[in-house]
Amino acid sequence: MVTSNVSYTKKMMAHFANPHNMGRLDNPDGVGKAGNPVCGDVMHLHIKVKNNKITDIKFQTLGCASAIATSSMVTDLAKGKTIDEALRITNARVASELGGLPPIKMHCSVLAEQALHSAIEDYRKRHPHSPAKPAAKKGSAKPKEKK
Amino acid sequence: MRKIYMDYAATTPVRKEVLKAMMPYFMTEFGNASSLHSIGQSAAEAVEFARSTVASAIGANPEEIIFTSGGTEADNLAIRGIAKANRDMGDHIITSAIEHPAVRNTCADLAKEGFKITFLSVDKDGLIDPVQVRKAITTKTVLITIMHANNEIGTVQPTREIGRIAKENGVLFHTDAVQTFGKLPIDVDGLNVDMLTMSAHKIGGPKGVGALYVRKGTQLKAMQTGGPHEGNRRAGTENVAGIVGFAKAAELSVKEMGSESARLSKLRDRLIKGVLSGVKEAQLNGHPTKRLPNNANFSFLGAEGEAIILKLDALGIEASTGSACSSHDLAPSHVLLALGHSPLEAHGSLRITLGKETAPKDVECVIRVIPKVIKELRAISPDIKEMKNVKWADYKDDHDHDHMHGEEED
Repeated sequence: MVTSNVSYTKKMMAHFANPHNMGRLDNPDGVGKAGNPVCGDVMHLHIKVKNNKITDIKFQTLGCASAIATSSMVTDLAKGKTIDEALRITNARVASELGGLPPIKMHCSVLAEQALHSAIEDYRKRHPHSPAKPAAKKGSAKPKEKK
Repeated sequence: MRKIYMDYAATTPVRKEVLKAMMPYFMTEFGNASSLHSIGQSAAEAVEFARSTVASAIGANPEEIIFTSGGTEADNLAIRGIAKANRDMGDHIITSAIEHPAVRNTCADLAKEGFKITFLSVDKDGLIDPVQVRKAITTKTVLITIMHANNEIGTVQPTREIGRIAKENGVLFHTDAVQTFGKLPIDVDGLNVDMLTMSAHKIGGPKGVGALYVRKGTQLKAMQTGGPHEGNRRAGTENVAGIVGFAKAAELSVKEMGSESARLSKLRDRLIKGVLSGVKEAQLNGHPTKRLPNNANFSFLGAEGEAIILKLDALGIEASTGSACSSHDLAPSHVLLALGHSPLEAHGSLRITLGKETAPKDVECVIRVIPKVIKELRAISPDIKEMKNVKWADYKDDHDHDHMHGEEED
């Protein structure tokens, strides 16, 4: 069987056991998707935006424990933030808020960042009159390879 | 919380009788089996007695048993030992697509040295077709190595037929019997095998000891240099206590095989029925009847293996998975892939293996808990409707599909 010596932090395991903001929103202002079934992790994020602020956010994730925990954490971090603030949430931040992730699981935090960015992008597409994008940032919004 | 261990294919606890048999060989009878004095000879006698016990468990002669550090070393010794000893005769090895990494990666390594390796495919239940084995044999074939039963999905191979074909064609046949030794009756002549791998820790013996049966007259090149131990075929001071423990575990397993195998098969069938009727979109991996008495392996769509394992663990149930997310290279088990599983099926696997301490109430508990865990994970998951038809090739760029580097360890 496939085995690994992955050790998770207590905080990560707490988010996995009791994830925050799980589910979906009726009439979301933006929907973000990241990952794919081939890799084994699929993350969906729904956001509600009011006055340029993320007022509500929910996730649905099919994936391993850390994919579920990073989904939960990124929703916690993004909730109540302005769009600009949310765009500054990096995968490293998601991981460090969980007390760190094993190197092999860092891609789960990348998925969380991608899903959030994808949801915001979708929101902007649907709401073209929302405030303009800030200057492009250094790469973190770019989709990354899983590994 | 009461713990329910259900990962006996990974390893087993050492049995009381085994530990008791081993104890004298750590401090009192600590001799080196190569020494000429009394304490050394006492150790040598213990090793030789153990050799007869292990030999008789598989219908072999004592001098046909080589003690090793475990199954992996025995597999390496068999495959490399034959390949190197017969280099002039040919350079072709036949194996299967679902071998344990000890065999799979050893063959892959020999491929780098110029050997040609045929990895035979299996059907959807994990069975090798003996006809394919016959077809794969060429004049250059020096070895066929195909496992007796698979460690992940539990499918038991038609080893006797494969052995017959090997014999008819004058090709040596090795089988990794780590999962069947002590669980299914093994007779090396009946199975037509020339070499057979065994391990102690899967049957209530200690870790770090195993053996390779090598039929008399088989040319085998030793893999490590050193003293003349084990008939010049495996240098290194014998692990006397381990070997004694191994023999005790083998003796007990063989003695109890009939009743224990019947008891476990019944529990296994109850488990399979209970889980499949308790969870929708679940399937059994491996052959429905030709399987190890203690193995059940499932795929649950819309729940990922590592998450299943950790949810179960939090509830005191210890099992394992072939999911990608628990491997170092993020590739799912090569065994599940060889069955032709879709990504969703391969990522949602759960292996439950039973053993000596498994009671009916443990199985009932697992049958109650699994549906809850799967339901919880499916509640977190997006709708899987569209994902069901996703094929491996659909996201080729995202996924290196070379499965030769799995970090798989039981």
